[in-house]
Amino acid sequence: MAPATTMATRRLNETTGVIDIKGDLTSACEAALMDAYVRAGGERLRRIVLNFGALEYMNSGGIGLLVTLLVRAHRQNQRLLVYGLSEHYREIFELTRLDDAIGIYNSETEAAAAAYA
Amino acid sequence: MASLPREPETHERDLTEPRDAAYWAKPVARLNVARVPPGAISLNVAGRRVAGPVQGFGQMWLKTYRLRLEGSSATPAHVVSVWKEHLAHYQPKANHFFPTVPGVAPGEVVLINAVVEGMPVLTGVLVAYADDESFTLMTPEGHPESGWVTFSAYREEAGCVIAQVQSIARANDPVYEFGFRFLGGARQQERIWTEVLGALAAELGVRGQVMLEKACLDTRFQWSEAKNIWQNAMIRSVLYMSVSRLRWPGVLKLAHVAVVGSGRGQDVGASVACDPATDRRA
Repeated sequence: MAPATTMATRRLNETTGVIDIKGDLTSACEAALMDAYVRAGGERLRRIVLNFGALEYMNSGGIGLLVTLLVRAHRQNQRLLVYGLSEHYREIFELTRLDDAIGIYNSETEAAAAAYA
Repeated sequence: MASLPREPETHERDLTEPRDAAYWAKPVARLNVARVPPGAISLNVAGRRVAGPVQGFGQMWLKTYRLRLEGSSATPAHVVSVWKEHLAHYQPKANHFFPTVPGVAPGEVVLINAVVEGMPVLTGVLVAYADDESFTLMTPEGHPESGWVTFSAYREEAGCVIAQVQSIARANDPVYEFGFRFLGGARQQERIWTEVLGALAAELGVRGQVMLEKACLDTRFQWSEAKNIWQNAMIRSVLYMSVSRLRWPGVLKLAHVAVVGSGRGQDVGASVACDPATDRRA
C-alpha cells in the first residue's frame, strides 16, 4: 500500500528550498523525498529546509532516508535544516544523533534566519 | 520449525501520541547495562554514547541483504517475531549476541561478544526501534561500525515475503576502516548477515539465496572523527583480555573473568562459559 505521504515544495528565495513533509516517512518514501529535493531546487540550492510540522509517523527507514538526504546535501555543500518537529520527533533526532549534523529550529522564521547566519 | 503465523500485535496507545511512539527508544546520554546476561562479558557498552552514521570515520555504506521466503506462509509480522525471538541463535559461531530478558524491545541493550579475525570484540548495540515488522540496532561508540542495522520483513507485490537486513554505517575509526577494507572485515560482515538470513529461512522451513546490494553513500573520510580510535572496542577488548592474563582464543572458554577497569566507559565484566568454537549460542 502506498504511504500516506505528500511532499510539497516551495522556495524561500533563490538559494533556499523548503520541503513540507505531510504524513508518514518510511523507506517507501525514498523516491518521493528525492523527487521533492529536485523539485525544491536540487543542486542549485545552498540550503534545504524540511518542514516536519505535519509529520504523523516515522520509522527507522524514514530516519535512514534523512541520512541519505543529508549525505546528498553535504556532497553539494548544502546545509540541511529542519523545523516543526514535535517533542517526540526531536527525541528521535537526539537518539539517532542526527541533531549533530542537522540544525533543528522551532519555526520556519528561525530556520530561515539560521540559514543565513 | 517455527510456529504458525500470528496476527500482528496491536499496541494500546494514547491517541494524542504519534503512532510510532511505542516503537522508539528514548534518547539516552550514556548507555546503561542494568544486568549482564549469563555467559556475557559487558565491556565497551556501559557509559558509551550511541553513534550513528553521522558520527563515524570511514566511508558510509548502505548494504541491503534480501532473501525471498519462497514457499513460506509466514506473514511479515510472524517472520520478524521469530527473528526477534531467535536473534542470538542465528548468529555465526564467533558472533555471540546476548539480549536482555525483555529481548528485542526499544531501549534494550544487546551485548555482543565476538571474535573477528582471531581478535576479541566485546561490545553491544542498542535496540533503537522495534515494531511488528522491523527492528533496528544502533551501535555505541567504539563498535567497529558507527550506524545502525534494520531487520525487517515485507510482502512484495507478487505476494512473496522478503526478509531483509539493511545497514547504514561507517567504520568507526581509521583502524576499523583499514580492517574493513584490507583485512577482510567487510567480507566477514557480509557473511554474517548472509548466514543470519539463511538461519532465519531455515527456521521458517525454506531455503533461498541472499541477494546483496551495496552502495557507497559517502566516499569521504570524516577526519574529525579519527579520534574515535581511543574508544576502539577491539583494542580495548585485547587489552582487557591481556590484563586478565588470558589469551584471547581461550578467554571466552573460561569460567570467570575478573573485572577490570573503572569509571565511565569501563563497565563491569562478568562471567561464565561461552565457547565460540563449539556453538553459536551462549
